[in-house]
Amino acid sequence: MDAPQHRPRIDAPGTLAQKLVARACGNDRVTPGQIVSCRVDLAMFHDSSGPRRLQPLLAELGAQIWDKDKVVLVIDHYVPEADDESRRIVRIARDWAAEQRLPHVYDSLGICHVVVPQHGHLVPGMFCVGGDSHSPTGGAFGAYMFGIGATEMLGVMVTGEIWLKVPETIFMQWDGRLADGVSAKDMMLAMLGRHGMNGGAYQAVEFCGAAVSALPMQERMTLSNMSAELGAQVGLVAPDATTQAWLAAHGAPDADVAPWHSDAGAPGTRHVHDAASLAPQVALPHSPANARGVDELDATRIDIAYIGACTGAKLDDLRAAARVLAGRHVAAGVQLLVAPASVRDAADAEGEGVLRTLRDAGATLLPSACGACAGYGSRIPEGSTVISSTARNFKGRMGAATARIYLGSPYTVAASALRGVISDAREVLA
Amino acid sequence: MTAVKRPAGRVWKLPGDVDTDQLAPGETMKHGIDVTARHCLQALRPDFAAGVRAGDVLVAGPNFGIGSSREQAASVLVHLGVAAVIAPSFGGLYFRNAFNVGLLLLTCARAAEIADGESVSFDARAARVRRADGRALPCEPVPGFLLDRVDAGGLLPQLKRRLSKETR
Repeated sequence: MDAPQHRPRIDAPGTLAQKLVARACGNDRVTPGQIVSCRVDLAMFHDSSGPRRLQPLLAELGAQIWDKDKVVLVIDHYVPEADDESRRIVRIARDWAAEQRLPHVYDSLGICHVVVPQHGHLVPGMFCVGGDSHSPTGGAFGAYMFGIGATEMLGVMVTGEIWLKVPETIFMQWDGRLADGVSAKDMMLAMLGRHGMNGGAYQAVEFCGAAVSALPMQERMTLSNMSAELGAQVGLVAPDATTQAWLAAHGAPDADVAPWHSDAGAPGTRHVHDAASLAPQVALPHSPANARGVDELDATRIDIAYIGACTGAKLDDLRAAARVLAGRHVAAGVQLLVAPASVRDAADAEGEGVLRTLRDAGATLLPSACGACAGYGSRIPEGSTVISSTARNFKGRMGAATARIYLGSPYTVAASALRGVISDAREVLA
Repeated sequence: MTAVKRPAGRVWKLPGDVDTDQLAPGETMKHGIDVTARHCLQALRPDFAAGVRAGDVLVAGPNFGIGSSREQAASVLVHLGVAAVIAPSFGGLYFRNAFNVGLLLLTCARAAEIADGESVSFDARAARVRRADGRALPCEPVPGFLLDRVDAGGLLPQLKRRLSKETR
């Protein structure tokens, strides 16, 4: 993907979000509340939100895709195909990709939000849309990226443009340093507990402070990913040397990070959080905002421990689980399921011995796809109690209306698998 | 009467935090809108999918439509004939999706005052909901281009018109 060219000149202190939107709409400055039309640098969609909806609508309109080089299709929701309906949906996606000669297609290689940056499609400064609510994941790279529905995606496919109400910025500042065994997922669950599922009010959230700067790239992705649960339009992290190094290793060398940060004194609301005192967090059924410290929970027996999804099964997540489980075995009666977020993460984890550690501990490895997280493919059994590293625990989310789903970090899921009750990984790691 | 200015519709009252997975359950998503419609809100209001009539209005608590980007969560209500959803706040992504598929949303801080089963009318261009007893509740104004979109039946008919103009 081409690096963004136009650089807005902003004379007053501006936020990262304002600078990104100003660039995309071709203005030198934008004001929160203003409605602007933005040029889209990249549009991503998957087999569920994309071709099966877009193909008939584009045909009905007799319209063409505005710029195929700016489109990325990831087949991740209905693979591996479990039944005839799934086969039909995936076949539509594959046929349409071939017929349209789409240049960027990732089929059964993992979950879109992880696969797209892993193939160098995102660089700081870009303005992107995705046909999936967890699209704010791209904000971890300093790109303005948000989720839209299929009809709006059709509009983007035809025009290459989208309207936007310029957001206010909510700075989520994290001071201090996380304890060992505490991770980005815990930060996010704590923010959800404190600010609620619409605390982001569809504005721009920017994660900042020493604890955020210290996070590796994939942990920043976890924060940005769950900006969706916070109800923010985007969840941004100002790109830095960590971003540059990661991008250079993933097909996007020489990323320019210099322009993409909030100025000192930029307008916005600021919430300050303390990383050092943060305990591992668990969200109780049936809301991600139903979060509390793991030490505040009554003894909770689990049947299934699930490490999966774009939120919680990237390489860093798998490493965290392996640290807890190394040389140990999951409790009798507990099923540990691991669905790595991408084929590349799975291969890297295999190379490092991480997957072997997990298998030796009794884990069952599942395909790199959305799987049970959204109840699309494999499902969690009715009546079960689950601790999961995924993003959502709405009633019925994982395909079983009577399942009780708790959310936690990969550390917490692994420690809980080990003991058979929801547990504090810090006790295992100590 | 237009899509954004309607006479009285019967109210279905819902709690806060109604998420997209309750409006369009994940396991129904592969079967198409007819099946999704039969299961719409089944966990909250089992009487809703079978009992809803064209022109009815949903009145909900805060954060209506939080969750997934699946726009079936909005189009299912259009499919069932719902005229509008009135709530103190909406999920941002849901807000965009609703107008794109032609569903009117009215942000009304005092939505909780409206009772289940009551009849309400609304005029979105005047940013007002009127209760059965004649009392008016103010709403946040919706940008005109979004109300035009609802009146047009959604983004798709608008795109059709735009493309047919371009090719003429």
